[in-house]
Amino acid sequence: MNNLAIRVENLSKRYRIGARQAGYKTLRESLTSAFTAPFRRLQRTGDRGRKTEPPSSAPGPRSSVSGQPSTDGYIWALKDLSFEIKSGEVVGIIGRNGAGKSTLLKLLSRVTRPTRGRAEIYGRVGSLLEVGTGFHPELTGRENTYLNGAILGMSRAEIDRKFDEIVAFAEIEEFIDTPVKHYSSGMYVRLGFAVAAHLEPSVLLVDEVLAVGDAPFWTKSINRIRELQNQGMTVLLVTHNMWLVQTACVRAICLEKGEAVADGSPLHVIQTYQHRVAALLDTRSQRDDPPPPGETRLDVFRVHRERGWLSEKEASPDAGLRVEMAGECPHHPAVKFLIRVTSSDGLPYFTVYSDLHAVPPGKRIACEASIPHLMLLPGEYLLWGAICSAEGEDNLLAQQRLPFSVTDAASTVHKYGLFWNRAHWRVGQSE
Amino acid sequence: MSIPDEARPLLVIEAGENRVAGQFRDLWAYRDLLYFLAWRDFKVRYKQTVLGAAWAVLQPFLTMIVFSIFFGYLAKIPSDGISYPVFAYCGLLPWSLFAHALGESSNSLVNNQQLLTKVYFPRLIVPIAPLFVGLVDFAVAFAVLLALMAYYGLVPGPAGFLLPFFIGLALATALAVGIWLSALNVQYRDVRYTIPFLTQLWLFATPVAYPSSLLPEPWRSLYGLNPMAGVVEGFRWALLGGASSPGPQLAVSILAVLVLLLGGLWYFNRMEQTFADVV
Repeated sequence: MNNLAIRVENLSKRYRIGARQAGYKTLRESLTSAFTAPFRRLQRTGDRGRKTEPPSSAPGPRSSVSGQPSTDGYIWALKDLSFEIKSGEVVGIIGRNGAGKSTLLKLLSRVTRPTRGRAEIYGRVGSLLEVGTGFHPELTGRENTYLNGAILGMSRAEIDRKFDEIVAFAEIEEFIDTPVKHYSSGMYVRLGFAVAAHLEPSVLLVDEVLAVGDAPFWTKSINRIRELQNQGMTVLLVTHNMWLVQTACVRAICLEKGEAVADGSPLHVIQTYQHRVAALLDTRSQRDDPPPPGETRLDVFRVHRERGWLSEKEASPDAGLRVEMAGECPHHPAVKFLIRVTSSDGLPYFTVYSDLHAVPPGKRIACEASIPHLMLLPGEYLLWGAICSAEGEDNLLAQQRLPFSVTDAASTVHKYGLFWNRAHWRVGQSE
Repeated sequence: MSIPDEARPLLVIEAGENRVAGQFRDLWAYRDLLYFLAWRDFKVRYKQTVLGAAWAVLQPFLTMIVFSIFFGYLAKIPSDGISYPVFAYCGLLPWSLFAHALGESSNSLVNNQQLLTKVYFPRLIVPIAPLFVGLVDFAVAFAVLLALMAYYGLVPGPAGFLLPFFIGLALATALAVGIWLSALNVQYRDVRYTIPFLTQLWLFATPVAYPSSLLPEPWRSLYGLNPMAGVVEGFRWALLGGASSPGPQLAVSILAVLVLLLGGLWYFNRMEQTFADVV
């Protein structure tokens, strides 16, 4: 045998879209359609002669399953997805909204059924598609712990055994006999996660739930996942948090329109993903209209690659650069300049501002800024330049951006961290 | 020789329907969830009410008074030789149990849609769990019935030991219809509006305010096609005795429940796979 945890073969899920998906059917609609169906069928057989139609579940022509709304009102949320996950792997599933990530987890956790294809899971499945599923506001924390545990598939004896541990993990000892409707949202989430974290499945499916909770609890949750992983648990993690994927996962899969477009080391997959998002933003920005005359304009945005650049758009982690900007500000007496670096999907890494400067009488203002070290981890980024009013970044008057990437020639593994940095080491014998 | 991998349960996810045997195995594995869902419904039932469990007595009791005045006193409807208030109240008890269980069960899938779309568990648990909540109300109302019987000098015979059977049959009827309606309700919200109306009509189609002895045979046995006729008559007979022993009518009722229940299980299983997508 093997040490497989999950095998997915041609897994596909089709949803109906449009008006009929928006709500449940009423009986009247169904009766009407039942009444007209024979006539429609009659018409069809008339059109097509004696040929019978293939059943709708049969694989259709490739062109009709493009993940885009097709003419027949269906959408393939997942399309012929296949992969294998080994036992003990922690795999991050990334992709844009609507790429099929959550559908995949719903199928694997048996909430819904695939339209075709199959999946095999070896071991007990725990799914955490939502924190505190089934919590009842009128019940106390203690009661909800039992209820939620049972919903997640724990037996009463199991919850009895782990109860104290769960309460301690959630840090709500004094409120355990208070109805959860009086809980703060943080307490609510902590209790929900604590129950799920003590389920001890051999395969855990997690959907974005870690995005909630405060920082210390978040760290605690991640550590709990690592701890379970060390005990041999397989984890499938859907998230938009690239840092989490990079630090907690050993592998990542990027979905797009229901298909896997990248599968491999987290760094590689994240770069592919960010590249795709950046390409998308790029095509979008080209469609942006230029500002009308008489408005604030940033018409000069020049980046001088000072040091450590491998090519025009490729920097090393500590590359340096100088930015030249100039623009027209007809309506504002004084403005600031701003430079910002974000991930390709818009998450800001740092922002630097100039002081507030009076706009010269000619209404044109220019600046030059130098950033000696980027200190960024390998990945895809956007460099933004902007003119903003005295209020600062809440009021960007004009902006421009430039995509660039960071690659590390030394190709060290950056597993734990948000930033790149270097140290000068001296290692020797201890006295 | 055992291979460790074979010891681990292998879960296969495929398109298509569930196998019925697997369904029942799953149902057993999740029996604790059934318990907790029923327990949740019970706990929440009278939260933030002033009268609390008094509602359990008030509803059938007030209905009994209304029935006694209009049907018993004014319309002079016969009551198989039992004084009318006891007769009516005794019929109202299994009826209330049934009506409440039916309503809760029919709306259960829609009320728990948050669970359906987020977690897997055997869906059949959802319409089963609310059945038992009404038993507590029933017990309270039953105590009042015993007091009422004592007041009228009535003593239950040995047939009283059959009461649990009739209570079970009332719940089975509620489940049989509830499975159908809850699954239909997922797809067609019309059901939600049908239920109060249906229960009202059904009450008058059931021998609660009148005895089924008004009907001659064979119509009286056929009347058992309404399973609640068998339940109410049986319940009354077990507790108060009386001329009409259930017999053939009860047999017809049991058969009707079985047919409804099996059909409901079949329909539920067929619809189950789309619940999360449609609800």
